Order: sequence, then C-alpha cells, then structure tokens
Amino acid sequence: MDVSSWDGSLSSSDFSLAARTFAEKWKRLNHTFPPWSWVACTKQPWVASHEVEGYLSLENICLFSLTEEDHDEGSREGEEETGCSKEEEPIDTATLVQSIGREVHFYDFHIVFSASYRVPVLYFRAYCSGGQPLALDEIEKDLPACSSKVLLASKWTFITLEEHPYLNRPWYKLHPCGTSEWVKLLFLGDSALAKYGVARRQYLVSWFSVVGQVVGLRIPFQMLNDSN
Amino acid sequence: MEAQNYVWEGAIPLQIHLHESEVTTFPPPPPALILAPRIGYLPLLIALIKPYFSSALPPGVDTLWFDYKGLPLKWYTPTGVLFDLLCAEPERPWNLSVHFRGYPANKLIPCEGEDAVKWSFINSLKEAAYIINGNCKNIMNMSQSDQVELWRSVMNGNVEAYQRVSSKLKLGTVEDEYSVKPQQGTCETDTTGQVKTGRIPIRLYVCRVSEDFDDVEDVPKIDSWGKISFINRPVEIHKEEGKYFTLHDAIKALLPEFFSEKTLIESPSQEGEDKNNIPSEDASDSKAEEVVNVCNDVEASSTSNAEIKIVRIQGIEPKLEIPFSWVVNNLMNPDYFLHICLYVKVANLNTA
Repeated sequence: MDVSSWDGSLSSSDFSLAARTFAEKWKRLNHTFPPWSWVACTKQPWVASHEVEGYLSLENICLFSLTEEDHDEGSREGEEETGCSKEEEPIDTATLVQSIGREVHFYDFHIVFSASYRVPVLYFRAYCSGGQPLALDEIEKDLPACSSKVLLASKWTFITLEEHPYLNRPWYKLHPCGTSEWVKLLFLGDSALAKYGVARRQYLVSWFSVVGQVVGLRIPFQMLNDSN
Repeated sequence: MEAQNYVWEGAIPLQIHLHESEVTTFPPPPPALILAPRIGYLPLLIALIKPYFSSALPPGVDTLWFDYKGLPLKWYTPTGVLFDLLCAEPERPWNLSVHFRGYPANKLIPCEGEDAVKWSFINSLKEAAYIINGNCKNIMNMSQSDQVELWRSVMNGNVEAYQRVSSKLKLGTVEDEYSVKPQQGTCETDTTGQVKTGRIPIRLYVCRVSEDFDDVEDVPKIDSWGKISFINRPVEIHKEEGKYFTLHDAIKALLPEFFSEKTLIESPSQEGEDKNNIPSEDASDSKAEEVVNVCNDVEASSTSNAEIKIVRIQGIEPKLEIPFSWVVNNLMNPDYFLHICLYVKVANLNTA
C-alpha cells in the first residue's frame, strides 16, 4: 500500500508493533533516558482475551528546565534536559545539575492507543519528590515556552486532565484530534518512509519526535535516521 | 423520533443529602429533592442544590462533588448512565450525598464549574465526530454562537434547539434500515449526505458481580470503580445481505470473548416479524428471555466463565434483536455516544 492513500491512523495491532520498534530504538540510541517498558493489560481480566492490549511507560523522569533557546532566563542557564532513573546509567553523558531554588519534579509518561482516533495518545502526570501531584500551572513552568503559550490559548483543547484509560485515575492528556493529519503530512514529506509498511513501524518514532517536544522530551536524531 | 424525545425528557428523581461531615447546623438541613435530567451532568445542578445547604456549610471554598454509598461519582458521565450503572435495581428517589468540601482530587478529575462540563461535552462530541467522519472539522469549525446554542440546548433539555444546531454538524450516524417507508420520510434523513465510516461511537460500561442473581434486587452494590470496566471502542456496522445488524451483533463485536464461535452461524433471527413492532418502553418484558439467549451463547463457550446478565441503555433493557441502527439513532446521548451498561456475572474471579 502506498502512503499517499493512507489516512495517518493505526490499528491496535500496528500500535503494539510500532511500540516495540520505538522502545527498542530508544533503548539502543537514547542513553540519556531509561528505557520505555511495555505494560500489558486488558480491560476484561476475568475472561480470556485473544487481543493483547497495553501501553508504553516511562516513569520517574526528572525534568529540569529545558534548553536555553526555550527559556532564556539567566537563572536557568547551565541546566540541561536530562533524565534520571533509579538505576545508574553507566554511559550517561548528561550533566545532572541541581536547579537552585527550584524543586525537582518527576514525570511519568504513558503512550496509550486511542481506539476512537486510531492514533497514539500521550498521557502524563507530574509530582514533587514528596509524591504530591503537581497542578497544571506548576507543570506549565516545566514545559517549553511554546507549549505554555498554547496551553494559555487553548485551555480546554490542548492538555486536559482526563481519566487514564487503564488506571482510572486522573492523568494529563495531550489531545489527539489532529494527530492523523499531521502524521500523514510528516510521512508524505519523507520519501524514505513512503512505504506503508515502513510508516507503520516507524510511526511512534516519528510521532514522538513531534509530541515529545511538547513536554520537552527530544529524541536523538539517529532514531529518525535509523532504518532498522 | 419519538424515542429520542423520551430520552431527552427522561429524568432521575434525586434525594440529595448534605454529607454529614459538612453539616454545621442542628438539626441538619433536610435533603433536597431534585429532578435530574438523564442527559445532564451532576455539577450542572449546583444552582438548584446550593440554596438548600448554603446556610449549613462550614466556611471555605466550594468544590462540588457527589457520592453514592461512599462511591465518588464521575461528573463527566451523564447522570442517567450513572444511575443505570450503579442502581441495578432502580432506586427512586436516588439517594446521593453532596459535598462542597474535601474534593478527592487523586481519584476524581477536578471540575472547574460549568465550563469544565461544557468542554468535556465538546471534546466528547469531537471524538464522536472523528469516529463517524474520520475528522472533527465540523466541530472545530462550529461558530461560537452555534457552540453556545448547542450547549444551552443540552443544559436546558431542549431537543428542538439541539436538532437545529446538531444537524449542521453532519453527524448523521446510520440509516434506519428498518424504517425506510415513504409515508414516514419526514425529517429523519436531513443529516445524511456525507460518506460515513460506518463506525459508531460507543461508551461501554461493564459491571462485574461475582454472585449469581435472578432478581435485580439481589445484585450486590458497586462499591468501587474498579468493578466497572470502561471500554471506549467504536463498533463497525457490518451489513449482510438480507439481514440487519442487531444490538446483539454490536455487543458481540465489542466483547467477542463472551460469545462462542457457534453463534456466528446461528444468529437469533426473527427478522421480518418484528418490523412494525420495534418496542422501546415495553422492552423489559422480554428481558428474561433475552438474558437466556445471551447466557446460552456463553455456556457454549469454553473460553469464558462470564455471562451477560443485564444490557441497559437509557434506563431500558432493549431486546437484543432490534436493529442496532435504531438503538443508535434513538438512544444515543447528545454527544453522539451510545452509552451501554452491562452487568456481567463472573463465575470465579480467581481463575480468570
């Protein structure tokens, strides 16, 4: 199938396939962060189901302030986008700079498939080191400047608190309604990806290269170039 | 669309008690009796409820929430759905507690007043539009005045105003396959005229109970949201020559695990006979028979230890062989989602 006749959406099984590709590449090429893990779960634990459902999870990420071009306030200079996990990363080249006068915030990210939009959706929650959840106005300060602007302009249609589809707790959700359109554009513009099969496998990598930036997570360039 | 009018006029009689932890007067204020629209949302009742209790409240800022027997109620679920879901045996009036303090924000999404409810509705409508049309342009491009009018029509239960605005959204879901009669061709086809995906927006709530019951009175109460699975997955209508797609087919598409392979061949077909007799309000008469139908399917299945006991939509228990298109067009909520409540008996939770 040619990518030009594709609507930019995914099936549920394509999603789990793409999720594995994404997690594998992330682990291989992105040493700044701990790996994503696949959480298998089902909506009806009491009956045997043929379908394997689940979501990707990246938890306990401490997001300090983001790169200088996003925030040029002097007080934040020297800080770098970085992540830390409970385990020590042996080849972690990032510098961990304790931010002065600012509390460390932890973020949990989940990538969940939406059966309505047939695209991946990013859910996240944030908390301080003591475990207390952060309100959106505090999270806003951690977000790149462009995200904070959109957040102000579109309070109800950009990031809202919603029920996590599997955990039934309030999580922040990045609204997915335009996703299939821009993903399609992304793939149309790249001849290397203009094969439907490649597009499906690379879907989450391309998708996250855009969506991750909303929350200040960038993926290494090699992940996009890597064709394996 | 007579049934749609019934849905819009449908209301739950509520008896609302101020939660004892918030009572500062003696005697405590008497409960408030309020009729809550089925298609409405609980926080929208604040203007009616507040006057009853304002003098008894401790000082502080109001953050309204409700519970039923200790279970905090989700404000973004339509009131009628909450009632169908949490009262297997309808309790009238429905005794709820209201709280103005101590919002359980770790469990329940905070509600910033009417605006939050409105946007939850609009976002839901957007999702439905995407399922039906493959995009949500019609919702995104809705004029400000239409948006206001649409929301007001839902708030006030004004079905005529709702139809006026919603017809512009071009969300005509499915054709009524069974009622293509020339003498009735009045207003039912005004929303067609666009290529449809054949996907129907569904919110399915599955309550699981571990004990068997023959009477709804014996259904154990739902004391935790953990006992309810919320499945948000569209149903694709498949048309077969000479057959219509039934409610039974739709439930099977949503929960294939509950049905044996056998039923794929022998479908409960009585088509033709019931064509002039699509019941709505009196459907519950045949409930017992339908439950047996479903149960037989399940018994034939070796992979499942669960059986569907109750299928409830907008307070009624429709016959499972009625055309799904009728169910969708008449019983959906104003956000274009069809909310289906199921009660499922699970034989043995441990072996699942």
